[in-house]
Amino acid sequence: MAATKIDQKSYFKGVKMAPYDLVKEIVIAVVVVGLLTMIAALALSSPDVPPITIQTWAQSDPLDFSATAAGELAGTTTSSQYGPPYNDGTSSVQSIGFISPQTWFGKGQPVDPPQDFVLQPLQYAKTDNPILGVALRQYLAADPTQQGKWLDSYSKAVTDAQNQGSSSVAPADYGPVEEMMNSLLAEARSGALDGLLLSSKNFYQTDYTKTLLFLGDGTYFVGQADAQHLKGNQWGMMNETGSYPGQTWLWLYTFWYQIPPFNSASNGDLLIVLTMTVLTLGLALVPFIPGLRDIPRWVPIYRLIWRKHYSKP
Amino acid sequence: MTSEQTSWTGRLRALVDRELPTENLLPDEQPIYVNSWVYVFGVATIAALVWVLATGVVLAFFGPQWWHLSGVGRFFNSMHFWSVQAFFAFMVVHLWVQYFGAGWRHGRAGTWMVGVLIFAISIIAAFTGYLSQTNFDSQWIGVNAKDAINSTGGGSFFNVLNVGQMLGIHVVLVPAIVLALVVIHLVMVRIRGVVKPIGEEAQ
Repeated sequence: MAATKIDQKSYFKGVKMAPYDLVKEIVIAVVVVGLLTMIAALALSSPDVPPITIQTWAQSDPLDFSATAAGELAGTTTSSQYGPPYNDGTSSVQSIGFISPQTWFGKGQPVDPPQDFVLQPLQYAKTDNPILGVALRQYLAADPTQQGKWLDSYSKAVTDAQNQGSSSVAPADYGPVEEMMNSLLAEARSGALDGLLLSSKNFYQTDYTKTLLFLGDGTYFVGQADAQHLKGNQWGMMNETGSYPGQTWLWLYTFWYQIPPFNSASNGDLLIVLTMTVLTLGLALVPFIPGLRDIPRWVPIYRLIWRKHYSKP
Repeated sequence: MTSEQTSWTGRLRALVDRELPTENLLPDEQPIYVNSWVYVFGVATIAALVWVLATGVVLAFFGPQWWHLSGVGRFFNSMHFWSVQAFFAFMVVHLWVQYFGAGWRHGRAGTWMVGVLIFAISIIAAFTGYLSQTNFDSQWIGVNAKDAINSTGGGSFFNVLNVGQMLGIHVVLVPAIVLALVVIHLVMVRIRGVVKPIGEEAQ
């Protein structure tokens, strides 16, 4: 590879030239590609499956909502144990050896699932519901062991109801938790919880972190993605809803999620990001990497590219 | 000394005149070996980018509710979607053609590297676009992708669950970077001209 600068006159000296209209070619290309995309847009439209709300979740699968909400309060969900950038948990913190970049920048997007997803929304609801106010006071006054017992028995009852195909939790002594969960479910089914999870100190809001983390902790949301073949182990990162093409350019990134050790490692995401970073750098530096830069000479595809040139006697 | 030798403006003008005279910037003839269909994919990528940007401007002007609720909005959203698909399809073919033609030869390594950078930044552009669709797919992509972003530490300041942040990055930041890199890439191509077939010497 010659790196020295050569001006075009010297470079093309002795090379046969042919008339060429750059502007005409660009204009024709813009028109043709525009027509093709217009035809595709008219004939095929585009994917637009409506978003899932907390309300649709609570109405479609109330038991899953209640199980998830109880889990948030008990601190057993993925979000409540996640770690940076949301909270002090550790279960989703990834590292390679002692290197853990996830912990370097702290809690940039603070989320406290028990408070944000359950207790604060119930504090709003108690103004219209004195029974809930009593239940909340009883729960907050109890020691953590007692709280854990109530939540544990309630969660088991919800699981039993799910397994038995029942639509409601069997009556038993769940302390104040039953009233709290019923009130939260009512808030969710009415749509109020969607708004409360978005509330902030500012009037305007575009940050859906809390809503999406809550949705992601349940099985209903994941089930919808599963049905659309969007999960990680379904090559989901390069898929779209319906039959539309997705981010197919992510095929290599998605590929690593299908094979060991990446698909079973607890730090699989970090390993894959690093792998792709190295591969992307390798692609950029191909001109300087012996072997990789020589493949084009060994594989005679270039003879197809310049077929006419090589066919000359 | 003349102003061309002393002033910054004069030096820049002399550099442009020397490196990219107008006959190289807008050539009306090309080496005969350029007469191959594979060269179409570079121009087609630019053409698709024109439509990505044009439809993106329309979508940005009218806003997210428009492309969900109005038929015209849906049409422009669909054109944006398909022009992005075309952009990547053409760009990937262009990349492989340049690879198997060893397009980096004879002092063109920088052009190749800028091209790979355009590909990488375009992936970020598309990713933030998918997150900005504000439909179920955006929700799922955000929830699914957050773990990889968070594992790098980037989640503290690049929150894929914040649609305002993603939409802003998608509409302003990444298109500006892609456009600037494409201009640099094209200028580099025009400065050097199209590389000779493999086996031909530089001079």
